[in-house]
Amino acid sequence: MCEACPTLLDKLIRAGLLIETGVDGLYGRSGEFERIVDGFDRLVSRLGQGDGAEVVRFPPGMNRALFEKSGYLKSFPQLAGTVHAFSGDDRRHAALVAHLEAGEDWSGDQKMTDVVLTPAACYPLYPTVARRGPLPADGLVFDLNSYCFRHEPSREPTRMQMFRMREYVRIGAPDQVVAFRAMWLERGKKMIETLRLPCHVDLANDPFFGRAGRVMASSQRDLGLKFELLVPVNSDENPTACLSFNYHQEHFGALWGIRTASGETAHTACVGFGMERVTIALLKHHGLDIAAWPREVRDALAL
Amino acid sequence: MDRIRQIIDKHGRLPAKAETLRPQQDLYAAGLTSFAAVQLMLALEEAFDIEFPERMLNRRSFSTIEQIAACINELSPKALAS
Repeated sequence: MCEACPTLLDKLIRAGLLIETGVDGLYGRSGEFERIVDGFDRLVSRLGQGDGAEVVRFPPGMNRALFEKSGYLKSFPQLAGTVHAFSGDDRRHAALVAHLEAGEDWSGDQKMTDVVLTPAACYPLYPTVARRGPLPADGLVFDLNSYCFRHEPSREPTRMQMFRMREYVRIGAPDQVVAFRAMWLERGKKMIETLRLPCHVDLANDPFFGRAGRVMASSQRDLGLKFELLVPVNSDENPTACLSFNYHQEHFGALWGIRTASGETAHTACVGFGMERVTIALLKHHGLDIAAWPREVRDALAL
Repeated sequence: MDRIRQIIDKHGRLPAKAETLRPQQDLYAAGLTSFAAVQLMLALEEAFDIEFPERMLNRRSFSTIEQIAACINELSPKALAS
């Protein structure tokens, strides 16, 4: 790659589509950028509208106690973002201000709050569903959308620290859940092809932490639990996962005590849409000027 | 083998006692989850003073008692004898 050439991130910022904040992976978005996000959001809604999904929206922070129980820290301690707040008195406040002015570490009186930044849109959902009691015979489908946080600063515009994840989540008997994922694997690929983006689906694993994580990742692959729909954005060698199709088996059902109508532990699966990733893929392949995009792509997104 | 079975009982979270499991029996089919396999791996490393290398950090290494014993034997031939 040419060292002096502007990167995709440079181009997006110069065009005003993304706005720098001084932190890698944390950007503002322009109205044009959001128009594309909204268009893709509508397309996702249209494709899923016949599935009877219940719409639920959580804020981008979740209950820390539920987060702790979720097991996220066992698998991804490096990605989690916890919210802290000042907990001192007047004297400690004066010390805080003095530390700030001296450019010193001011975090001494920061205490963990009850809020953790949401790591994936579906994490707050499972305990909520468990509280409702046994599932109906057909199981349930949910429609989620949330800003998520992952602590992985990067200059790749597709790897943001705060980004939106739209999800459909299926909760039910194993056959219902497996069929849902298979349906979305096909639907998702067709959807991205409609947007005239080059793509392929591949087996994948989550970025589990450390040596123990190698065993987890190997299991996930051996069992075919995660697939990603990949689009070349930053490079052809390392294409970007724009959609993911995840089968959790009974992991969340057992953890939260979600039961099917017949009393079995529920299985879960989700399809996730990386809203910014798809948007940036469209900008990369069709250009930074939406008006010049192929007609059929604009029609699909109602732009 | 007995020490491996003890560690499986303590960390494997299986519904059955490890003494009822045959050496070739599939531990995952017996209820071993991926999370429990990781706990088992860490406990085996500590008990036998070994470190599983990269090539053994996979699902198969912990799939049967026999397979676990083979991995430990390869890393520390005397560990299981003591």
